[in-house]
Amino acid sequence: MMRLNAKLGWIMLLVLGLVFPFLAGNDYHLTVMSTAYIYVLATLGLNLVTGYTGQYNLAHAGFMAVGAYTVGILTVDYQVPFWIAFVLAGPVAALLGFFIGIVSLRLKGHYFSIFTLCVGYILFLVIEKWESLTHGTVGIIGIPAPSPIGPLTFDSPRALYYLVFFFLVVGLWVMHRIVSSLLGRTFMAIRNGDDLAESLGINLMRNKLLAFMLSVFYAGLAGGLYAGFVRFLGPGIAGVEHTFDMTMYMLVGGIGTLLGPVLGGLTVPWITQTLQWLQEYRFLVFGPILVLLVIFVPHGIVGSFIAWRARKAAQPHGSGHA
Amino acid sequence: MDLFFQQVLNGLTLGGVYCLVALGLTLVYGVLHVPNFAHGAFYMAGAFVSFHLMTAWGWPYWLAMLGSAACVALLAVLAERLVFHPLRHASPLHPMIAAIGVLLFLEAAAQAIWGADFQRMQSPYTGIVDLAGVTAPVQRLLIIGAAFALVVIVHLFLTRTVTGSTIVAMAQTREGAALVGINANRVAMLTFALSGVLAAVAATLYAPINLVYPAMGHLVITKAFVIIILGGMGSVPGAIAGGLIIGLAESFGAFYVSDHYKDIIAFTLLVVILSLRPQGLFPNAAR
Repeated sequence: MMRLNAKLGWIMLLVLGLVFPFLAGNDYHLTVMSTAYIYVLATLGLNLVTGYTGQYNLAHAGFMAVGAYTVGILTVDYQVPFWIAFVLAGPVAALLGFFIGIVSLRLKGHYFSIFTLCVGYILFLVIEKWESLTHGTVGIIGIPAPSPIGPLTFDSPRALYYLVFFFLVVGLWVMHRIVSSLLGRTFMAIRNGDDLAESLGINLMRNKLLAFMLSVFYAGLAGGLYAGFVRFLGPGIAGVEHTFDMTMYMLVGGIGTLLGPVLGGLTVPWITQTLQWLQEYRFLVFGPILVLLVIFVPHGIVGSFIAWRARKAAQPHGSGHA
Repeated sequence: MDLFFQQVLNGLTLGGVYCLVALGLTLVYGVLHVPNFAHGAFYMAGAFVSFHLMTAWGWPYWLAMLGSAACVALLAVLAERLVFHPLRHASPLHPMIAAIGVLLFLEAAAQAIWGADFQRMQSPYTGIVDLAGVTAPVQRLLIIGAAFALVVIVHLFLTRTVTGSTIVAMAQTREGAALVGINANRVAMLTFALSGVLAAVAATLYAPINLVYPAMGHLVITKAFVIIILGGMGSVPGAIAGGLIIGLAESFGAFYVSDHYKDIIAFTLLVVILSLRPQGLFPNAAR
């Protein structure tokens, strides 16, 4: 019954996503939604390493920037076709993740987070200062739009929307396969306790590294999409405040759940849109909201719903059928 | 050789500021085991409050520093009561994210009140002293003198007074401290207040040779984290030694390696040291 409900919910979300361009009033809404999807894809990665494996990586936006700049630099400065550059975005981020992971994952808990905070700063500063490679603060301008695949062209906002949506659906499906496999259970065992996981015969370093690389692969992929979608890159996208944004999406929706980043990543940007007048002061509202959420709703929308359903099922007059 | 001593002087200036910020951060970590990301925002708030007291209300420099220390101490205690206290039994991830919430709020608040522009703080000490060929702006000497005096005062407070010892006791073992009748709430508030005072003083000392703006805490706080990781989180001598190491490394690195990349030096140092020694420079510290 529960399984069927979940499946039905996902299919409804899929249908909603497919018909959204026909419901949206204008191209601006499509752009907002596509950008939100790109960040949801990156947040899925952050959720894998933080929500499922328990390692809070504060350099996540830096890895997204690495994926984006891979596409930007290759297409603009080396005239590499978009799709070849795009295919490289995820692997480049994951390769960098391998080296950074080897060093950083030897540290535990807060130490890991603070170390990755520093890594994020290094990535940001390198992008900003290494002008011959990254164009520095000027940024990379004129990234080509995704080139046509056969009869499919990506020159309208609607086509780009479906492109981004396609990658989000694939990303979600792969993430679902990961977290419901033995590997996902392994990650959760590590989250629930390093020592216990190790005593069960789990190789901590190897699995943490795998989770980390998978997570930054998602970030790199999202970055590659971002480059092709926005077509302009500045060092700002590596800023730690983007990691903070993704943290908020993850927390609002429900940390350590598959649906959480999707719900959070879609609701928060739309709330921000309706609070346009706040602009740079939005954190006057969102800062306290983040604190209140952490204190009163630590498991987000999805986590609270699951807890509520569990409480309801535990009541004697609750549904008896399975 | 003069150039060398010039770099030593610059390094000590930076090191002094870093020591004060890192000291507050490490004390809070020692007692509450929270990496307080909002500490950089306290630093920023300290600079803005001093700036406001001096320009809008015409207070003299030292009085403004005291006023700002009191304000930020109050702010820090409020943060402890309203945010970190309710989260004391939560998983390690949640207080970290809450601290980020506080940081984002304080920065947005500063921007709303004082604007996003860069402000310059005037100091009454604009003279330059010539010390055997080394030119030393008085403000820099003042930073070095005041920072190290404050470090000594904090050290004496922690080791020679009963109130200070309660902080050390809490940092050593929570249960032990509770057993001998130490009030954990009082110590937590006291530690946050102390960290706020240190951040505000550091900001007010450093602001006249730097600029005041809402994001000014970012780099300082990240470097303070580097320092306390190197020195061992919760360790007071570690924070002081780490602060000086990073201050001198930056000043020499900026001069002999590259001024362009000077902000990366601290982080690269951390990455290199932790790659070789994951236990940090002072392995005795609890980890």
